[in-house]
Amino acid sequence: MADALFETLLRLGDNTLILGHRVSEWCGHAPVLEEDIALANTALDLLGQTSLWLEYAGEIEGAGRSADDLAFLRDAWDFHNVLLVELPNGDFGQTVMRQYLFDQFNLMNLRALTGSTDNRIAEIAEKAVKEAAYHVDRSRGTVVGLGDGTAESHERMQAALNILWPYALELFITDDTDADMAKAGVIPDPKTLEADYRATIEATLAEATLTLPDAHFGHRGSGKDGRMHTEHLGHILTQMQWLQRAYPGQAW
Amino acid sequence: MSKEWPLWEIFIRGQHGLSHRHVGSLHAPDAETAVKNARDVYTRRSEGVSIWVVEARHITATAPGDKGPIFEPSESKVYRHPTFYDIPDDVGHM
Repeated sequence: MADALFETLLRLGDNTLILGHRVSEWCGHAPVLEEDIALANTALDLLGQTSLWLEYAGEIEGAGRSADDLAFLRDAWDFHNVLLVELPNGDFGQTVMRQYLFDQFNLMNLRALTGSTDNRIAEIAEKAVKEAAYHVDRSRGTVVGLGDGTAESHERMQAALNILWPYALELFITDDTDADMAKAGVIPDPKTLEADYRATIEATLAEATLTLPDAHFGHRGSGKDGRMHTEHLGHILTQMQWLQRAYPGQAW
Repeated sequence: MSKEWPLWEIFIRGQHGLSHRHVGSLHAPDAETAVKNARDVYTRRSEGVSIWVVEARHITATAPGDKGPIFEPSESKVYRHPTFYDIPDDVGHM
């Protein structure tokens, strides 16, 4: 049970850690100042959520690892984030589409987690859910604005959706760990969130004049259990972990 | 059509009971996005409880060149300040 809980917390924390890092890559590079600051705020929110999840993960593991140890001293195969969040930023449209696909899931998942039988998880979710609600508000609005914008922005958003949609489906795979945790009331069964998610995404896409691609494949959950990541994760870690690898134990 | 987003003036109310104050301006494609941008640009450190946005072109302002006729006449009218009568002690601090 402790193993499954540790695994569950890593999945939660790694999703927000890797996406937070990805989004932070825009800092100083976004197309306009306002978006630059907004993206940095989102990245910081996600890193804040990460530290809560990973700190708790370290306590459950009981091996004396802190949130920082887990973030900066694990190698790629020990990361249990979904593949969606480690994909490259692409153009601004692809970043926004990825953000919306994740934000909508994060909001629904966190709402369910506020009722977790694990008090600590419920408390973290309670705090994070307000941030997630704003993230959805923002990324959803931008998806609609760009989807139903100019011919070029529409085309870019549709291209982004075509690339990202199959990856989004990994969020709703229930494996044995999820099933055990769901049975104990610790997390919602991911499968049960999918119908609501799809309906919400489809409503947004209709407003954005975008259409869901026929996904001939869905990713099978190799990211969340660490079996296989994309080639991009190693590159993220090289940059993210560089300082702790080069100067072990360095602190502010 | 210009590709530039319009400019919005941002007003934020710091705490209940105080009025909104102008804090700066930013660009946004529409009013809703201007509110979101204002939230992200101007309230990162808990500066506000309420945000107003007004598209800058809707603000009509006095021209700096009109300073003389508009503001100077009031400078010589000290009797407009309530300083020509005594306030009874009983009133206390006003």
